[in-house]
Amino acid sequence: MTDPTAYLSHLELGQPDKTYLDTNELIINMGPQHPATHGVLRVILKLDGEKVLGTECVIGYLHRGVEKIAEHRTYAMFNPYVDRMDYVAAVSNGLGYCEAVEKLLNVEAPPRARYIRVILTELNRMASHMIWLGTHALDIGAMTPLFYTFRDREEILKIFEKYCGARLTTHAFRIGGCLYELYEGFEQDVKQFLDFVPSKIDEYEELLTTNRIWVERTKNVGKISGADCIALGVTGPVLRASGVKWDIRKAMPYSGYQDFDFEIPIGQNGDTFDRYIVRMQEMRQSLRIIRQAVEAIPTGPIMAKVPKVIKPPVGEVYHSIEAPKGELGYFIVSDGSTQPYRVRVRPPSFVNLQALDLMVRGSMVADVIAVIGTIDIVLGEVDR
Amino acid sequence: MLDYITSYLSSDTTPGQAGNMFWALVYILIVFGGVSVVVMAMNWLERKALAHFQIRLGPMRVGPHGLMQPIADALKLFTKEDIIPAEADKFVFWLAPLIILCASFAVYIVVPFGPTHAITDLNIGILFMLGVSSLSVLGVVMAGWASNSHYPLIGSLRSSAQMISYEVAMGMAVVSAVLMTSLNSTGTGTLSMIGIVQAQQAQHVWFVFKFFPLGLIALVIFAIAMVAETNRAPFDLPEAESELTAGFHTEYSGLRWSLFMLGEYAAMGAVSSIAVTLWLGGWLRPFPNLLTGSVFDLMFSLFPGLTFLALAGFCFLGVIRMPKHPYFRVQTAGLAGFGVVLGLIGLVLFAPPVRVRVQDIYWFVAKVGIFMYLYIWYRATFPRYRFDQLMKVGWKVMLPIAIGVLVLTAIVGVLV
Repeated sequence: MTDPTAYLSHLELGQPDKTYLDTNELIINMGPQHPATHGVLRVILKLDGEKVLGTECVIGYLHRGVEKIAEHRTYAMFNPYVDRMDYVAAVSNGLGYCEAVEKLLNVEAPPRARYIRVILTELNRMASHMIWLGTHALDIGAMTPLFYTFRDREEILKIFEKYCGARLTTHAFRIGGCLYELYEGFEQDVKQFLDFVPSKIDEYEELLTTNRIWVERTKNVGKISGADCIALGVTGPVLRASGVKWDIRKAMPYSGYQDFDFEIPIGQNGDTFDRYIVRMQEMRQSLRIIRQAVEAIPTGPIMAKVPKVIKPPVGEVYHSIEAPKGELGYFIVSDGSTQPYRVRVRPPSFVNLQALDLMVRGSMVADVIAVIGTIDIVLGEVDR
Repeated sequence: MLDYITSYLSSDTTPGQAGNMFWALVYILIVFGGVSVVVMAMNWLERKALAHFQIRLGPMRVGPHGLMQPIADALKLFTKEDIIPAEADKFVFWLAPLIILCASFAVYIVVPFGPTHAITDLNIGILFMLGVSSLSVLGVVMAGWASNSHYPLIGSLRSSAQMISYEVAMGMAVVSAVLMTSLNSTGTGTLSMIGIVQAQQAQHVWFVFKFFPLGLIALVIFAIAMVAETNRAPFDLPEAESELTAGFHTEYSGLRWSLFMLGEYAAMGAVSSIAVTLWLGGWLRPFPNLLTGSVFDLMFSLFPGLTFLALAGFCFLGVIRMPKHPYFRVQTAGLAGFGVVLGLIGLVLFAPPVRVRVQDIYWFVAKVGIFMYLYIWYRATFPRYRFDQLMKVGWKVMLPIAIGVLVLTAIVGVLV
């Protein structure tokens, strides 16, 4: 019989502690069909009893070749495809792509379009964080928050549906601005949402933040230092929870984020609990941004002057935005034709997932689940 | 033969003690049948209550308000393919669910539903209960081992460690209650389940209020340990769905899987009835000291009937609120029929001879029901403990407190 661990030999996995009980390490395969891997992530775990000696992520089960598809579509035609990457934060994906192409074309969306974009993107950030919270809590064993967050996310999706007809893969923005003018009563809907949701966030916090078991399960679990985060390229709430104040909305403002007054919540310990707190506070900051944007939304056109056939000049551009999960970047190379020569996406989930092994090594099996949840991956984006 | 059957009726003990095989068999059938029905009802109640905690409706399709859902589930499980993995140890795989089922059902032999309403009364009753209910850990380990698969193996390892370590704290809490039974003129305690309740009756206090707060702390420790003992949330690590898919019963399907579920729910009822017997006065009605007299006796004896009438009332309320569409005609009729049946049972329970005999059982089951509701409530509220934290809570928190309570109970008992 061949050694079943042979294919792991290239990994530097830890060795079990030698005790008087000579325990053998156990290789277990978690996923791709597993209730807590958020899709089709496969993790190979090397265990010593309950202790994790090392992990290996196997990805690609949801690979759809999005980047390759881009090379055979015009710039406008590729726009809906990006929604399918991080499908719980489709609006952010669309924003990043549209802005990247706009940069390539050297046009800028009109102010009204920028405000609409900010409102929808921040709403989407909240929806994404709500899904994260629900599934993360479910992974740790608390079933109920999932249903509460889905109830409140529904209100966001209703606004999306009224605005553009789609709930999940919205394709809300176009290159050069927005296609749709705000519908009648949009402002009212958003304000109603803003008034109703803070108490709901309090409700989630009441269920979890002071819950002893929740705190024990998340404090000092999956710790990662700011330096390690930077070395691995980890961005987003995971980076901020480790104490690095880096948010592209502030650092390199895009789409008019410099107009708004908001704070960047950061943590200190870089553990799962801090990441939870950071995301909860981010939701509240999003509410602040949305309120400012809705109240100060300017009038005017919503579409810049963009030629019917988009033919950017020869060149390349990298544009990144702060997606709910971290830095979402688009690197687009144009050869002057109607189709991009190459589109490379820098997905936050994919890069953040690298930190998994570092975060779980030496902890327990149950922590692997908690850490997968706290990194907040979407496999559609990891595999593209 | 007839004499043999009727002779028991004049005796004032349980059929087991009277040595009457016929009535013992009847009681066994009633208790085991009743437990099976309660398990099915509990299944529905849990799904329904959990759903309402989580702003859902729960089962609504099979029968009115999903009342027939447990039957539909049972039918589905019966007709499912019975899979035994090729690599499994077939005999052990076959035996494991049976052990769990037998262990959790055998416990009911000594559960005292009333002064004479038990299959039998052993003089080591509580010991028997603890001993037999901890046999189920054997079934869990066997299931995990025989499946010959990683997830079940880890699940069963966790389970055996967890059940054994919580049993220690549980046992200490039980001993402190048993100590309290010895506080009488003769100074001898009892391990008999009926004897423990009678001791509470004689001392005019439920042990939960005895030496306040010692009894209460012991009950709380027992109530936490019993959740761990039955592998329920927040201690459901052996079957932690998000980590180990389904833990020790990952490889089981169909009927065999349903035996695990049956055993789990029966065990929940069994440990709850230990808690009720030891601390909450078993079959004794509430406020026996405060509200004495024949009027209050009469009032409390009406409770069983009133409960059933209230349930019938809920059914009729449901009938009124049913959609008026013809599609719901069968369901509405079914719900009304169910209400009528419940109402009739309620009326029967008002009859004096029935009333007197049934009230013991009613109070016992009602108290067990409170614990069962707590199980559902925990599940809706708490996240899951991690394995090392679970062990830490068991050994470093619960056990010292339990020993402290035991020692203090002994000291106070001697001083009083």
